[in-house]
Amino acid sequence: MSGTARIAGVSAVTRSVAYDPPIVPARPTQRRLLTLLLAALAALGLAGVLAPAAAAQQTEGGEAEAVGTIDYEGEDGEDVPVAGVEITASTADGEEIDTATTGDDGTFVLSLPGAGDYVFVLDPDTLPDGVSLRSEERGTLELSMNAGQRRNLLFPIVEGEGVERSSGSTKIAQVPQLAFEGFKFGLIIAMSAVGLSLIYGTTGLVNFAHGEVVTFGALLAYLFNVTFGLHLLIAGPIAVLLAGVFGGGFDRGFWRPLRNRGTSLIAMLVVSIGLSLVLRYLFLYQFGGRTRPFDQYAIQTDTIEFLNITMVRKDIWIVVVSIILLVLVALALGGTRIGKATRAVADNRDLAESSGIDVEKVILVVWAVGSALAAVGGIFLGLTEQVSWQGGFQLLLLMFAGVTLGGLGTAYGALVGSIIVGLAVQLSTLVISSELKNVAALLILAFILLVRPQGILGRKERVG
Amino acid sequence: MNWSIIIESTLEAMVTKNAVVFALAAIGLNIHYGYTGLLNFGQAGFMAAGAYGTGIAITQWGWTIGPAAVFGIVLSVLLAFFLGLPTLRLRADYLAIVTIAAAEIIRRIVKSTQYSEVTGGSGGLNGIGRGFYDNNPIDSGLDLGIVSFSERELWFMVVGWGVVVLCMVLTYLLVRSPWGRVLKAIREDEDAVRSLGKNVTWYKMQSLILGGAFGALGGIMLTLEQQSVQPDQFFTPTTFFAFTALILGGAGRVFGPVVGSMLFWGIIQFTDVSLRQAIANDYIPTWLMDGVQAGQVRFIIAGGLLAALMIFRQQGLFGNKREVALDDH
Repeated sequence: MSGTARIAGVSAVTRSVAYDPPIVPARPTQRRLLTLLLAALAALGLAGVLAPAAAAQQTEGGEAEAVGTIDYEGEDGEDVPVAGVEITASTADGEEIDTATTGDDGTFVLSLPGAGDYVFVLDPDTLPDGVSLRSEERGTLELSMNAGQRRNLLFPIVEGEGVERSSGSTKIAQVPQLAFEGFKFGLIIAMSAVGLSLIYGTTGLVNFAHGEVVTFGALLAYLFNVTFGLHLLIAGPIAVLLAGVFGGGFDRGFWRPLRNRGTSLIAMLVVSIGLSLVLRYLFLYQFGGRTRPFDQYAIQTDTIEFLNITMVRKDIWIVVVSIILLVLVALALGGTRIGKATRAVADNRDLAESSGIDVEKVILVVWAVGSALAAVGGIFLGLTEQVSWQGGFQLLLLMFAGVTLGGLGTAYGALVGSIIVGLAVQLSTLVISSELKNVAALLILAFILLVRPQGILGRKERVG
Repeated sequence: MNWSIIIESTLEAMVTKNAVVFALAAIGLNIHYGYTGLLNFGQAGFMAAGAYGTGIAITQWGWTIGPAAVFGIVLSVLLAFFLGLPTLRLRADYLAIVTIAAAEIIRRIVKSTQYSEVTGGSGGLNGIGRGFYDNNPIDSGLDLGIVSFSERELWFMVVGWGVVVLCMVLTYLLVRSPWGRVLKAIREDEDAVRSLGKNVTWYKMQSLILGGAFGALGGIMLTLEQQSVQPDQFFTPTTFFAFTALILGGAGRVFGPVVGSMLFWGIIQFTDVSLRQAIANDYIPTWLMDGVQAGQVRFIIAGGLLAALMIFRQQGLFGNKREVALDDH
């Protein structure tokens, strides 16, 4: 989860006469574009191979120019130009050739003597307070220019501190940051997954629609927050309460009748995946495919540095509130009557029922509380990544990995397993591309099923 | 409302591309779910293995269609093996969890920029198997009045339905063999079969491999039909389109998945075209539904149909109720 900082486009000033596409550092939403660019670059490379002689003759054919605009995306999505930023061009050998300073419109022009390899460096010290490079290494571009060419340089600028760190030499330095993000992510997974695990424990149902419960919570909060204009601190709790009511109602009005008519667990499992599809595409139908931020706390620029970890205030609040809620759940399970009853039903339903526990009431409470917690998870996910129609579904795989690792159906397993999965997913980006970080969760899932299918906290029994 | 277009495109959808592809995928799921009681929620991953295996072998290595298709199937067999290894000795729901996750991961891997040199990234692969249409012996289209097919469509239908029929014959022979009876016995009572000395896990593995290979064939036919492959064709709903088709036709029946796939795509195409016609003619106001939203209705129908069938009619149209009521082990 690479943060919320909005990424600045640095747009072209002129309709460039260059035939090369600008070098755009990849950002997740631009992959399709990047693929096209790579294809175009490849085609150009081929052209270069075919016409080496012509290129050599053009060496004296005139000066080249590197141009660009330094700007960032403001609160309302408009481009805000940055004046007074210094950009230096030097040859590959380090000889300085030209320096330019951006004007009021953020544009700059660098003159180059001709074809060759050049290094362009943006001086971060000349950036005004409150904006910075998206990441430090993005301040340097190495390009080869053809004679007479005019090329756009793109330096991504963001409000606040850049969030992306370099990969490679400084991997060890990233560990604390990734561990913190993984821990935060793990807490969000845990909160979303407690219901999944307890519903399985008490009813035997693997609820494939649980991801949609998470999304539903986030969408409810979005409805009250953005559509009705309530502050998120009011909209959030309303959404959580309503999600709990809906969750309880879902059990009472849908799942309990199914249980009573003797629908088998496998059939109910398939029903849940059908429902997941229906709900997810109803969300898409209503909410649209775009991801959208909440009205408050979407962008926080003042960062806090702590033990090499850069965080914003909402990160701390998410972690603190999650821990409080999860500790409350753990205490409730361990100490209250309904909590003990829940564990009893999860342990052995028939025995619990014959000792006088109202099993249906326990299941109702589990559905309500589980859905409310999933809604909190969904809202926190929306705060970290923005609200999306499929946010919860994308979390489902990680929730499964978490609860299986911890022990499917066990009360505390979801907490332990989810945090491990969150950590593993984030830390795995040290060695694999962040596009593929969820692969780590699948590997954990497969591994735990091979060596200890009952999970860390599960009781050893025949599960086959 | 132009009813002739609605009827024409509905009838066409019942016999062309998607009907063939999903019939094959559903035949595979039928081996898993209908005969063995396995919950494979990642059939899209097997289809992707077949499609991308074929596509990569043809476009990157210059293989011909035959060996490339075999390579696609080999990939799906390996996939089945790796998914089955940790899950098949466990309860049915573990296989469901792992397969749905694996299919989604496969989609992300083939879509990622990291391997885009091989897989084409989010754009997928193009120009796969030109030889398929070059070898088309049919030189004229067919006009049946209300529906008409081009020579390309006819050629695909001949090959596609030919493969479907072969798979049906194979299924028919297998499920009536001693091997098939073991599968059905596992579906009914795994422990009983185990106590008779059969290696249940190994039989389940064979079932997973066979059904996955049928799914891969579906992916291969998809690739040949469109001469290209895109990663998002193998997203999670693809699996559940096949699953819905299977349940609709009737699990545990040789004809079930094929009839189910035809009906399913008929229903989807009918509602899709009807809704678009209604929007175009202002029968449905745009604040209620626009063209983009009309395209999303199919997922809601598929999911709703699946849930409703599992609640009210697990045997679908042609299944045997007693056979498909899976008990929980």
